[in-house]
Amino acid sequence: MPLLRITTARRASQVFFLVLTLLFCAVSTLGGGFFRLSGWPVNLILDLSPLTALGTLLTTRTWYAGLLWAVPVIALTAFLGRFFCGFACPLGALNQAVGWLARRAAARVPGARGLALHERLADNRHSPRQAAKYYVLAFLLAAACFGSLQSGLLDPLPLVFRSLNMTIAPLADAHARLLFARPRHYASAWLLFTVFAGVLGLNLLRPRFFCRYVCPLGALFGVLARFAPWRIGKRADAARGECGACTLCDSFCEGACRPSGKLVHSECLLCMNCLDACPQGRMTFAGRPSAAGETHLPEPSRRGFVFSLAAGALAAPLWTIGGLADAGKNPLLIRPPGALDETRFLERCIRCGQCMRVCPTNVVQPALGEAGLEGLWTPVLNFRLGTSGCQVNCVACGHVCPTSAIRPLTLDEKTGRGAFAAKGPLRLGTAFFDRSRCLPWALERPCLVCQELCPVSPKAIHTRTVYEPIRFGQARFVRAQDDGKGGARLFLSELRRPVVNLGSGDYFLRPAGSAMDSPEKGLRRISACAWAESGQSLTLDAAAGRADGSAAWKLAADDLVEVLVRLQKPYVDAARCIGCGVCEHECPIAGLRGIRVSYENESRSGPGRMLA
Amino acid sequence: MADAHELSRRDFLRRAAGASAVALAGVGLAAALLDKNGPPASEAGSSAKGLGDFALPELKGRPGRMAVVRADPKAGAPDRRAMLERALEAVGGLGAYVKPGDRVLLKVNAAFATSPNLGATTHPDLVAAMAALCAKAGAAQVAVTDNPIHSPESCFALTGIADAAAKAGAKLLLPREELFTPVNAPGGRLLRDWPTLSGAFRGVSKLIVLSPVKDHHRAGASMTLKNFYGFLGGRRNVFHQDINGVIAELAVLTRPTLCVMDGVTVMLTNGPTGGSFADLKAMNVLAVSTDPVAADAFGMELLGRRAADAPYIAMAQAAGAGGADYKALNPSFLDLGA
Repeated sequence: MPLLRITTARRASQVFFLVLTLLFCAVSTLGGGFFRLSGWPVNLILDLSPLTALGTLLTTRTWYAGLLWAVPVIALTAFLGRFFCGFACPLGALNQAVGWLARRAAARVPGARGLALHERLADNRHSPRQAAKYYVLAFLLAAACFGSLQSGLLDPLPLVFRSLNMTIAPLADAHARLLFARPRHYASAWLLFTVFAGVLGLNLLRPRFFCRYVCPLGALFGVLARFAPWRIGKRADAARGECGACTLCDSFCEGACRPSGKLVHSECLLCMNCLDACPQGRMTFAGRPSAAGETHLPEPSRRGFVFSLAAGALAAPLWTIGGLADAGKNPLLIRPPGALDETRFLERCIRCGQCMRVCPTNVVQPALGEAGLEGLWTPVLNFRLGTSGCQVNCVACGHVCPTSAIRPLTLDEKTGRGAFAAKGPLRLGTAFFDRSRCLPWALERPCLVCQELCPVSPKAIHTRTVYEPIRFGQARFVRAQDDGKGGARLFLSELRRPVVNLGSGDYFLRPAGSAMDSPEKGLRRISACAWAESGQSLTLDAAAGRADGSAAWKLAADDLVEVLVRLQKPYVDAARCIGCGVCEHECPIAGLRGIRVSYENESRSGPGRMLA
Repeated sequence: MADAHELSRRDFLRRAAGASAVALAGVGLAAALLDKNGPPASEAGSSAKGLGDFALPELKGRPGRMAVVRADPKAGAPDRRAMLERALEAVGGLGAYVKPGDRVLLKVNAAFATSPNLGATTHPDLVAAMAALCAKAGAAQVAVTDNPIHSPESCFALTGIADAAAKAGAKLLLPREELFTPVNAPGGRLLRDWPTLSGAFRGVSKLIVLSPVKDHHRAGASMTLKNFYGFLGGRRNVFHQDINGVIAELAVLTRPTLCVMDGVTVMLTNGPTGGSFADLKAMNVLAVSTDPVAADAFGMELLGRRAADAPYIAMAQAAGAGGADYKALNPSFLDLGA
């Protein structure tokens, strides 16, 4: 008995990488301190994916620096085979664990496959359908050749990070609040979770179902291992007697690569179970072919392969016809600061959700329909969700993007300072008022939250003050009582019960029918209002200080007076607006906001330019 | 003839007992939890009244105390700690307000995730100085809180307040959801059953408000009373429709022990966010007052405005929160170093 069985080492390695994945997800909260994003290489696991490297290589013709971590993985795979699947992949570890646990629990369920040997053998028998994942890979790479990177949808590393970041972490932290001070929101989290749960649930059908039938990364590893000199194989060793064809090796095979017979080399996950299982110690990991023969791939049909290549090659151009990255772009498709123009962005985004995880205000959301099917779960800013808009002094999303679909900006570049002063601040879009919903524009109510919170200096939201007669604001003058300090109390009749506080400082009085050429003319501020059915009174501020001295109007009994509201009507200065969305987030019109940001004038795209 | 499918007496009794238990459980559950009236339209009505009165009892019904310290800019950058110590000394020393064993809550303005030198938030030096002085006065605990606009963690980190609090041994209270409960402002018309940061007040015996002096287009200015907005949760922005009314209600929602107004650098334009040094002016003044209304009235002067330009000041006075005529407090005007 060796000191450390190879399967024990494999399990330890799987646990290590899974814990590392969970740790990276946990520490991706912005801030200082040990359990915060302070120097942790949170993209390390994502960077290991050769599929991301190859996919972005095909779409961009470059190998982005962070993805250099995929190089040693490729090199090791070329020599050793799919070690990543067996030893490192966090989703593989989860799949394996779920498959084993489900079968252990199923021992008591009649009809379900448990851990009995003959059931294991049925579970782990090689199937030609394992070729399916090579079709998936062909589709994804063909699409990538035509500029559409879809690999992240099924690549297990982005899949696992996306699921952890946007479903598991917020669920797990709902009560503990160690990761987030406020509960996080992620649009379509239910769908993200359904996919993740589905991937794990498939293990009930076959152990490591996803790894065997679907995983495009596993397929890529299978192809890369074509010439691997070291591999699993059966040894023909007369000294050990005949192989009794007990199929114990097959029974425990996680990859269903048929170790007892003609071994399908690309399917071997290096789970190493056969080494442990063989009663004669006949299975080896060595530089020689398997005694019972071997083949490289499960026999993919040429037709299936051609079909998926063609589908992939057609998908990207068909999406282009839809025009969603171009003239037909969704006006609400606002990408995070530093995002490349839409075409180049889609060449790089792997939907790992790191930007959505790290965003301190939780505005970066997974797109469901905003970016079309092609852009499923790519990041889009939703200014209604989250704790405020995009914070001016934050560039976190670009710094955790593993593929630079969002460029790592400096604060100077984002805010247009220093070397970027001439270029000005980065713009995400432009805010537009909806004058049919905005309180001062449509509902004769003062508000101005948007202007208050606009972070640009000078503010991109400015105001023009107007005085407008309010509805039911007319009354008959009865008599006046001076307070001796310039103010006065006016007794009135026929004033309807006001629905707002007329003494709040925003309301003014003047004789009705005064000329509108100078709206301020003759206005006196109301500082208190007393209302009763029998009679009403308004207290007026001292009129002193009015330059035109016009406040000295004289009223006779029965004269008509009217109440006006002072409204600061807001306007957007599009040349200054950076589209940060704080105004939209804070707008008190809770449903469809009175000010909304759309992508016009965003820095990232030429066609999005609005101002001449 | 015994039929295997025939009901035996034992089996019948067993089943009858089981069926009765199920039926009784149903009856019991319905009887115990019977709701004859159906749900009310809302769950409002059980709210607490206000957040507490932390003003010194001996100052009740009397004019408050106030001191204004001016630093000489020629003597180098103004030292907020020295200014604060000098001002506190003039109002009787911090020991008159914070007793050994007191649990002090410092309400800062951390509304925005911006750097402290942009003047949009309470200066970290002031937070550190006040926290340290409270600890020196024997406070059992000093906590710092606010419910800012931007994400709270970013706000406290970027404004330097988190660091300042940590260094001075004060506890940072992030506005976590569970700290908010519905509260009514005493006599309030707007603040009814409104979620407020009441959890931060648990066990607190003294409240000190630390505010910058800033321009505010809608309200006229943002100083001490407007700083109370940070006690509100929910979609509080609806109250901007009656901003003066809501600030006047906030003024009686809670009464602070002390108010410190930091006019060392004043934001004259583009408030309350600022964002540029061009919006700031060095005034080198720091004021301490037991009366938040008087403090704000003085702040309007710093901004070069009339108290009438911020109608909430008069309204807060009418609500009984303090006096708008700060000179009636007979404030000490001191020059640091003189």
